Amino acid sequence: MATHEAAVAAPHEHHTSTGIDNAKLAMWTFLGSECLFFGSFISTYLLYRNRVHSGPTPHEIYDIPYTSVSSFVLLMSSLTMVLALAAIQRGDHRAVRSWLLATAMLGTVFIGGQIYEFTTFVEEGLTLTTSTFGSAFFVLTGFHGAHVTVGILMLLTLYGMSLSGRLTEKDTRPVEYIGLYWHFVDIVWIIIFTVIYLVPTNS
Amino acid sequence: MDRTRARPPRDLRPLVILLVALCAVALAGCESSAPQDFLNHPEGPIARKQDGLWDLVFAVAVAIFVIVESLLVYTVVRFRQKPGRQAAQFHGNTKVEIILTLVPSLILAAIAVPTVKTIFELAEEPPGAMQVTVTARQFWWEYRYEDQQVVTANELHIPVDTPIRLRLEGADVIHSFWVPRLAGKQDVVPGRINFLTIEADDPGEYLGQCTEFCGASHANMRLRVYAHEQKDFDRWLADQQKPADVDLASRGADLFMNGTCVNCHAIGGTDAAARTGPDLTHFASRNTFAGAMFDTNRENLVSWLADPPAMKPGSLMPDYGLSNEEIDALVEFLLSLE
Amino acid sequence: MATAALPRRRGLLARPTAKTGVWGWITTVDHKKIGILYGVTAFIFFILGGLEAVVVRLQLARPDSTVLDAEMYNQFFTMHGLTMIFLVIMPMGVALMNYFIPIMIGARDVAFPRLNAFSYWVFVAGGIFLYSSFFLGGAPSGGWFGYAPLSRQLPGNGMDYYSIGLQILGIASLAGAINFVVTILNMRAPGMSFMKMPVFIWMSLVTSFLLVFAMPVIAVALFQLMFDRVYEANFFNPAAGGDPLLWQHLFWVFGHPEVYILILPAMGIVSEVLPTFSRKPIFGYAAIVFAGIAIGFMGWGVWAHHMFVAGLGPVANAAFAISTMFIAVPTGVKIFNWVGTMWKGSLRITAPFLFAVGFVAMFVIGGLSGVTHAIVPSDTQQTDTYYIVAHFHYVLFGGAIFGIFSGLYYWWPKIFGWTLSEGIGKLHFWLMFIGFNLAFGPMHILGLQGMPRRIYTYPDGMGWNIWNLVSTAGALVIALATLVFLVNVVVSKARRQEAGDDPWDARTLEWSIPSPPPEYNFLEVPEVKQRDDWWHRKYVETPHGAPARVFAGGADGDHDDDGHDIHLPSPSYFPALSAIGLPVLGWGTIYYNTPMMIAGGLWTLLALFGWAFEPSAEEHH
Repeated sequence: MATHEAAVAAPHEHHTSTGIDNAKLAMWTFLGSECLFFGSFISTYLLYRNRVHSGPTPHEIYDIPYTSVSSFVLLMSSLTMVLALAAIQRGDHRAVRSWLLATAMLGTVFIGGQIYEFTTFVEEGLTLTTSTFGSAFFVLTGFHGAHVTVGILMLLTLYGMSLSGRLTEKDTRPVEYIGLYWHFVDIVWIIIFTVIYLVPTNS
Repeated sequence: MDRTRARPPRDLRPLVILLVALCAVALAGCESSAPQDFLNHPEGPIARKQDGLWDLVFAVAVAIFVIVESLLVYTVVRFRQKPGRQAAQFHGNTKVEIILTLVPSLILAAIAVPTVKTIFELAEEPPGAMQVTVTARQFWWEYRYEDQQVVTANELHIPVDTPIRLRLEGADVIHSFWVPRLAGKQDVVPGRINFLTIEADDPGEYLGQCTEFCGASHANMRLRVYAHEQKDFDRWLADQQKPADVDLASRGADLFMNGTCVNCHAIGGTDAAARTGPDLTHFASRNTFAGAMFDTNRENLVSWLADPPAMKPGSLMPDYGLSNEEIDALVEFLLSLE
Repeated sequence: MATAALPRRRGLLARPTAKTGVWGWITTVDHKKIGILYGVTAFIFFILGGLEAVVVRLQLARPDSTVLDAEMYNQFFTMHGLTMIFLVIMPMGVALMNYFIPIMIGARDVAFPRLNAFSYWVFVAGGIFLYSSFFLGGAPSGGWFGYAPLSRQLPGNGMDYYSIGLQILGIASLAGAINFVVTILNMRAPGMSFMKMPVFIWMSLVTSFLLVFAMPVIAVALFQLMFDRVYEANFFNPAAGGDPLLWQHLFWVFGHPEVYILILPAMGIVSEVLPTFSRKPIFGYAAIVFAGIAIGFMGWGVWAHHMFVAGLGPVANAAFAISTMFIAVPTGVKIFNWVGTMWKGSLRITAPFLFAVGFVAMFVIGGLSGVTHAIVPSDTQQTDTYYIVAHFHYVLFGGAIFGIFSGLYYWWPKIFGWTLSEGIGKLHFWLMFIGFNLAFGPMHILGLQGMPRRIYTYPDGMGWNIWNLVSTAGALVIALATLVFLVNVVVSKARRQEAGDDPWDARTLEWSIPSPPPEYNFLEVPEVKQRDDWWHRKYVETPHGAPARVFAGGADGDHDDDGHDIHLPSPSYFPALSAIGLPVLGWGTIYYNTPMMIAGGLWTLLALFGWAFEPSAEEHH
């Protein structure tokens, strides 16, 4: 919605002091804020990953090959996102719709994978309330999942806009800025995946 | 909005009055009989060290306060609008600005040196310290003398001139152990173990309380430290190590009635009716004893019964050579006479 | 989310057209109206928080008092702190930033007008949500700092309201901060380079950046607390290995920048007021700007000085002692620069000037007592005593509140077109100054006499009786002073002395336009040539350095032109609508009411979609 807002305040290539579009600047500022959001949750996880007073340890429960696959799926969605932006810039509306849908689908597969992973963990005895490790794991990855879900909603909205002809090559900013958000969420996952799954624990 | 008319100086008079009043208030505050005042009455080497740093920084702060506030008031009074006064149009003065940045930096650097030094000094465990484990709970304190196998609550007994290393263990929420005249505070954090060293110069009672907000009765989580001479502390410790005697008072009554006490003292409603010494019928209801010299409390009574003339030279009541057990029983009995 | 909607496309709701009346206020996206809304709302909370403080002071006036019981006392002091920080000082700063950032940088509105309205309504929703706790089983009682594990274990729902209420307020702050960052970076009039921006704009920019990076940290802490309390997670459960110090680190990584978030706008205000009434440019503009930026950066490196007795060890304590000492240097620079600004000036002793000088005088005291906290060994004595309470009131009341009142008196004629009475204003200042020092000066002594903070009562014989009584008397004088301010507003409104465009003969762009400013602010976007551009349009410097008036006229342009060609965003229902869902979501979460949660969440989501696809403003023009 930030994009639209800017369009109202600054219709048609409005001049800005920095030369950067208002909404783009706002998105970058917001993503800067998000860095500290995830940074704080990741710090919490690092503090707690070895504190397993009861229930399974990270080492016992993580299925690294499985999560690697779903991480790869999310990573690929960044590629389709880039292709969607390229398509809108050259005005290929069919390709835009395909790539947007592909990105949303890959995101959905990732979320599906996360839901499956959470269910498995709960069955194996790790819940939000099992240990501090459990709390830190579920809340960090859960908030990341929520971010991906919001991204999927925005991608589907773009898809709907494209269907109804509101998305044109004259103004590619909505795709560009939602793309920024999407890439950010992907990059955060790379960090989370590294920190959570790949950095060895004491146990 | 009378921007052309010059303001009379009386506009600023309240400021001057207030500054004078503030100084008076600050001076008055120095005269204090507050039992938790740590500024004027550090009673041990640790509190003294902290107080020494405070005195240094406070002196610097007061000097800066006086200089800056005087400059401010002077500027406002001196340069207030007057007919014909033109404001000088200048944008700054690099030399002055550099000096005014450097001077505070240097002052702060000078203060930082003793600060850091003292931080590390106080963090060290002093040699020969006595260990006590403190567990803070909503809303009381438990003290465990692990080596001596003594457990007590709220009133901490320590020997003088001995550093006491307190091992602080949290149980429920965060509390903070503070006896201002003996040392600064240290939080008691559940899941962590903190240490605090306290030390007292002289025997006495030192008040303190919990200083980390811990819930409804935070204000009521108070504590006391009793510092004793080593031999008194040893006796206290020995007493504490004894098993509880549920019927201490009645043993004390037996001692009183069958021993030498009844020869001098009367207790209404009993066989004791002698008039040589003070009537003790409602002894425990009196705040003081032995000629209104001593507070009526266990500690004083124990000392008294152990050796009355030592407390009150020339006392007609001699030292009967009572055992510690006998003294405890008698004190218990006396304190039951409300 | 959407690009500018194409003309004639229907939105969820037609764009509202009312510019006056209740709907005009509810749907407004005009930064000036939103600024006024912020100011009025924050002032109502100022009175609420002030009344809480008065009751707290009445309880503490004498030993063993029973005005409040322990539980109520804890609720009152907690809500006093939360109110004054999140519902008074922050929004008051935002009120003035909202109103004046665009017109001081020569813009017609903020970058995102509807996001601005959204911030306001979310702030209102958060405030109402927090205060609803008083009627729904009891307010938060764990202190504004909400230390875990106590905040996790306190019975009742009070701390749930704390964790979710602050979360909602955080959304408002974050949205507002991003808006201001973009506005200041992007919306400056031609020629207004960074080093020509007024100091208030600089301080607003630093404040906004601090908010952008500090709010997510407290958001994480609050989420963790919420998950602990509502869903039995173990973040702060010591029995499961949860670390109470995690909360403290997260809270103070936010909390210390927060202190500067509270004080920097006031520093900016004072940096505008003092030059105007000294009839001089600010002394050392670059130094004062860089000092503000330095404070903004260093503010992230001092948080653990709130934890000197938590047991971090001597190395951490020494490091944070040193960083804390040196943050005093840029603060000192600012003080010297303010005095330098007045030096050799021609000082008009007005109400806004007095509040600004009061700010400097009181902030010196707060700053000096702040340096004493950096001395770790003696800080272990004074921390968590009334000495600290005295210190931060000298910073936040003697500092921030005095600065805000200075700004209110200074900018009032611009906002409303009429001036506040100078006579009553000066009475207000002196009463507040005296009341303030009576209330908080003695707290220094009480703290040094060993009176801890946050105790609902104390026994007789501690030596604290006299100063507590004096302090309570001071609190009542402050209440009286606030009443005098309200009287001033009523009397001055009735008297209605027209202000004119530039009543103070001031220096910055907001004074170049009519009072109150038209909706579009500037008929023509100004071309900025130098710092204090408006002043230099009025005066040239003679060879002797004295200013000489170049033209006698008032504000620019002729006011008859109604500016009907200027495109401005239309009002919108959606900012207010989308805010409504958040407290509903909050109540649903607290009471495990899933339908309510879904209703609240869906409501906000739908409103945001409606917002995104709202038809563009232009078709109404």
